[in-house]
Amino acid sequence: MDLARTEVAEAAKETVAAPRAPRRPGSVARLGLMVLPVVFFGVFFAHPVAAIVVRGLKADGTWDLGRIGEVLGDSGIRHVLWFTTWQALVSTALTLLIALPGAYVFARFDFRGKETLRAVVTVPFVLPTVVVGTAFLALVGRGGLFDELWGVRLDTTVWAILLAHVFFNYAVVVRTVGGLWAQLDPRQEEAARMLGASPLAAWRKVTLPALGPAVAAAALMVFLFTFTSFGVVQILGGPTFSTLEVEIYRQTSEIFDLATAAVLTLVQFVAVGLILAVHAWTVRRRETALRLVDASLTARRPRGAGQWALLGGVLVTVVVLILLPLGVLVERSLDAPGFGYYKALTSDDSGIFLVAPIEAVGNSLTYALAATAIALLIGGLAAAALTRRAGRLVRGFDALLMLPLGVSAVTVGFGFLIALDEPPLNLRSSWILVPLAQALVGVPFVVRIMLPVLRAVDERLREAATVLGASPWRVWREVDLPMVRRALLVAAGFAFAVSLGEFGATVFIARADNPTLPVAVARLLGRPGDLNYGQAMALSTILMVVCAVALLVLERLRTDRTGEF
Amino acid sequence: MHITKKATVLVVGLGLVTLSACGSSGSGDSGTGSKTVTLVSHGSFAYSKDVLKAFEKESGYKVKVLKSGDAGQAVNQAILTKDNPQGDVFFGVDNTLLSRALDNGLFQPYEAKGLDKVGAEYQLDQDEHRVTPIDSGDICVNYDKAYFSKNKIEPPQSFDDLVKPEYKDLLVTENASTSSPGLGFVLGTAAKYGDDGWEGYWEKLKANGVKVVDGWEQAYYQEFSGSTDGKKAGGDRPLVVSYASSPPAEVVYADPKPKTAPTGVATGTCFRQIEFAGLLSNAKNAEGGKALIDFLISKKFQEDMPLNMFVYPVVEGASVPAEFTEYGPAAKDPETMAPEKIAENRDQWVKSWTSLVLK
Repeated sequence: MDLARTEVAEAAKETVAAPRAPRRPGSVARLGLMVLPVVFFGVFFAHPVAAIVVRGLKADGTWDLGRIGEVLGDSGIRHVLWFTTWQALVSTALTLLIALPGAYVFARFDFRGKETLRAVVTVPFVLPTVVVGTAFLALVGRGGLFDELWGVRLDTTVWAILLAHVFFNYAVVVRTVGGLWAQLDPRQEEAARMLGASPLAAWRKVTLPALGPAVAAAALMVFLFTFTSFGVVQILGGPTFSTLEVEIYRQTSEIFDLATAAVLTLVQFVAVGLILAVHAWTVRRRETALRLVDASLTARRPRGAGQWALLGGVLVTVVVLILLPLGVLVERSLDAPGFGYYKALTSDDSGIFLVAPIEAVGNSLTYALAATAIALLIGGLAAAALTRRAGRLVRGFDALLMLPLGVSAVTVGFGFLIALDEPPLNLRSSWILVPLAQALVGVPFVVRIMLPVLRAVDERLREAATVLGASPWRVWREVDLPMVRRALLVAAGFAFAVSLGEFGATVFIARADNPTLPVAVARLLGRPGDLNYGQAMALSTILMVVCAVALLVLERLRTDRTGEF
Repeated sequence: MHITKKATVLVVGLGLVTLSACGSSGSGDSGTGSKTVTLVSHGSFAYSKDVLKAFEKESGYKVKVLKSGDAGQAVNQAILTKDNPQGDVFFGVDNTLLSRALDNGLFQPYEAKGLDKVGAEYQLDQDEHRVTPIDSGDICVNYDKAYFSKNKIEPPQSFDDLVKPEYKDLLVTENASTSSPGLGFVLGTAAKYGDDGWEGYWEKLKANGVKVVDGWEQAYYQEFSGSTDGKKAGGDRPLVVSYASSPPAEVVYADPKPKTAPTGVATGTCFRQIEFAGLLSNAKNAEGGKALIDFLISKKFQEDMPLNMFVYPVVEGASVPAEFTEYGPAAKDPETMAPEKIAENRDQWVKSWTSLVLK
């Protein structure tokens, strides 16, 4: 989520602040740094994904590539492809429409509680999709809040899916676009006005072109996330709506047509590759000089009725779109007298789990901590390798690190099950499988957050240290570490939050006796009865609170640095 | 476990080189030792703890149960992991998916002790004994008694009835590609109307306003007006595809218990489902697995099943609880279909059904 935002900073720093690094023979060291990340992605990403695709397309030792044409020619599959693209486009447009005013307000207005609110709008992004689906079901589903009040039901309509997607990705736009917007020098627009341009013309001629690439990057990220949407569509879509990712899941898990699933995985792979390529292109195009200023200088208290109305409008949007679904979740979790649903979480006689549901909290925290450690190690090494100006090869490596964000988590999960079950990597029954899968999603965040900061470290400092006789390790400890410590913490926080919420892959590999929070929520939801439903709401609320606390801490860390974090 | 976890976190923090070592130290805990036998099943598997304890005491084995997903998912996951299975015995493959499990070599043969007391009509793999029948149940349309008496309409009895105008917009069923009762109902119509007639029947059913939802839980607890939860949720469909044992379940779980079940069964709309257990091909504790399968068809477990999973025992002489006979009428000649025939046609039928009914 903050990836695009940090890239903005990255581009900005390279053009404004970062001294040009002299070329020097660092490629051996770089290769050294890349070894572990490459091995990690090879073993825990490429290998499992390839294994499940091969398993689907290779029948009795021979390749059955005819299946590709067959599957793509199927009218039902083409309908899925069409719907996937259509809903992603509409979701993206809707998100931009609703979130851009929010980006402006967060960038340019100063008001009380702004930092807290910024953390609050980010909470949905790190929530597991099951929980988001559940929150919307409680809001617009049968017997939901809207149903009770006005008899309005949106479940099994496409509107529920679109709204949930906006809810989910609001923060992507606010943070990516708003982050840059806050740093654009408002005096440029004022200068244009003084030269006689109307407010609209000044905005269109000055601000919009500067913001354009950030908007494009945010749009592409939203498109990527909605294109690969799984939990939301699965819960809210009913039997009629299906995205590519949901279809891969159905074909693998329910119909057991591995060939079709493999073809669809390849299709999604190509689509995601394209989206990431366009994204990389817009990022590079953005590397034009922008006059950036300290964000704290551009925000002021709203003046005049118009600005207050805009602020009010954005606050209402945030309340209705984000706080209401989250609030309904909390309200439903308290629907039993005396915290009944929370108390029920501590008992193990529901028959669903072998353990009390509350133990999922401990499992989740342990797994997420391990995943964070792995993601920091792998992502940190990768970011260090990418720090110095790089050629095509390394840029390719950069893009490779992003792929796990867009490749079917279901495929990864099943891939883990069938690929990592033999010595020397017989991890099938080991708990480490879950953190490994979660780390795959965490690494891109770590890289995106660390990279701009590492690139901003003045190379001359490192050189000076080396000249004075410091070992590379000492240079890193004395020069790099103090400067990136904060970024490291932020990266850790994000990796932790996304690991905590990871569902798609975890659902296949989490062992029945060690469920994670999202898995436990999904399983409780799949069972009938008030008590199970209430417990699902209570667990979701706990998960939400943990994520929110993590984000609030991050927001505190961010404030005293005027740059990107 | 916790010490292993912490240690591993540390090791991972230092470098991933020792990862494989951690893997094996982790698996030492997974219960594959000779004194533990692991049963893999779907999410609906349920039992009385006392009964299982009695088995553990008699046999000396400790039983570990791993449940995940619905029946179809559990079977598929078991097939994908069959080279290095998660357990020793798998329970919960039914006749609609049996061929998939057998064709993929999921099970190894074992002729369970006490199999002679299991009716021949349940033994669908009698020649090779790769699976052992454990329970049976009938997938049937259930109706909301209150709705039909209030509106002075006779509840439907047969497949033919369901397409009549008086039952327009009343039936909710499950997605045949994602739900086992949904699939069973489609197979029931295929058995009844034949390869050429079932699609025409579904066209009529669709024209008569059948509603399709993804899973049984949603259909029964949300849409069906006759179930306790469905009433609460404002369900407005008085006909639902469920089980013949659902009416007794409504009584057993009600507080206070009603004199008669609030729901009834359209006895001419049933399809017979049989669930099996088998010894996994690469079971690490085959001996324990065999003992466990013997136990699953012992009278003790068979008589414990009905009120836990709402299924019927398959062993002769195992008594059925009074609630079943009192509140749940038995199906009249349920439709059946040979597993080979299901295997041959299932995927194509589900595909045709999907484009016919959902698209």
